[in-house]
Amino acid sequence: MTISFDDLNVGDKIPSWSRKTSFAEWNRYAAVNEEFVPFHMDDEAGRRAGNEQGAFGMGNLRYAYIVNALRDWLGDEGVIREVGCQYRAINQKDETLTVVGEVTDKELQNGCQLVHLKLDVVNDEDRGTCPGHAIVEL
Amino acid sequence: MADSTLTYVTEGMLQAKGVWGASRTSYPITETDIRRWAMATYYPHKPPRIYWDADYAATTRWNGIVAPPDFNPFAWTIHEPPSKPPKVSVPNAQPRHPDGRHLTGMNGGQTDTYGVRMRPGDVITARSRLLDWHEREGRLGHTLYMRTEIEWKNQREELVRTRISTQIRY
Repeated sequence: MTISFDDLNVGDKIPSWSRKTSFAEWNRYAAVNEEFVPFHMDDEAGRRAGNEQGAFGMGNLRYAYIVNALRDWLGDEGVIREVGCQYRAINQKDETLTVVGEVTDKELQNGCQLVHLKLDVVNDEDRGTCPGHAIVEL
Repeated sequence: MADSTLTYVTEGMLQAKGVWGASRTSYPITETDIRRWAMATYYPHKPPRIYWDADYAATTRWNGIVAPPDFNPFAWTIHEPPSKPPKVSVPNAQPRHPDGRHLTGMNGGQTDTYGVRMRPGDVITARSRLLDWHEREGRLGHTLYMRTEIEWKNQREELVRTRISTQIRY
């Protein structure tokens, strides 16, 4: 799919991108990112860290989901120029996380078609856990 | 009432502010590293072909496999060439409670600005510096927000990524 710069408007939404997350996802991410932090791997350690429900997910994995959502929207010809986010809430076990995004601006810069977006990763209760932004080039 | 004189800022932080620390260098990135990263972050779905299918990737604007922008080439172990110049001496830039109490840490978030893509065979060198900080009273009590800049370049000195990372201590 090719995204038309001319047809994009402020307020347009990008396709949502979801994953149910639990130990299967977290352990795989821990393995590639060498992120073996007890509170991401063990319920008791999660409770000791203050999360009554036990182990909780990595912020970095939510960041990866944002990047994946942008790549899957842009395809292989697009370029991700900038991504930022804040980790505002914990990702609980068995939650489905969904990356959502909306166009906030578009501009031509030195011949490049740039699109600005606001993003978030929302949980099952549709609460934002990870507000952020991105700049991509079509 | 909050103690307006309370600070977690240390002398080491004041001395380290703005000073680039020692660099670290990755081992060469392999196709397997990239494929596994993509498989983990797309699990349980199959990742895009640009991350594992060399024949397909050669037909794209990238002319070959590239790593996902968030790929971390420093996981597990790093390689530092023997020709590396002496490390810069940077003081311990960690915050501290004045009474020595342990501070809890959280990752507050990050903003990454991307340059060239990482590819198989690339060797990435990183360096970082403490940028700035601020403190305020929050729901977790006295809280310090510390920003660090981390710069990655490849073996051709091309900028790969600049990260502004926020760490929270309370």
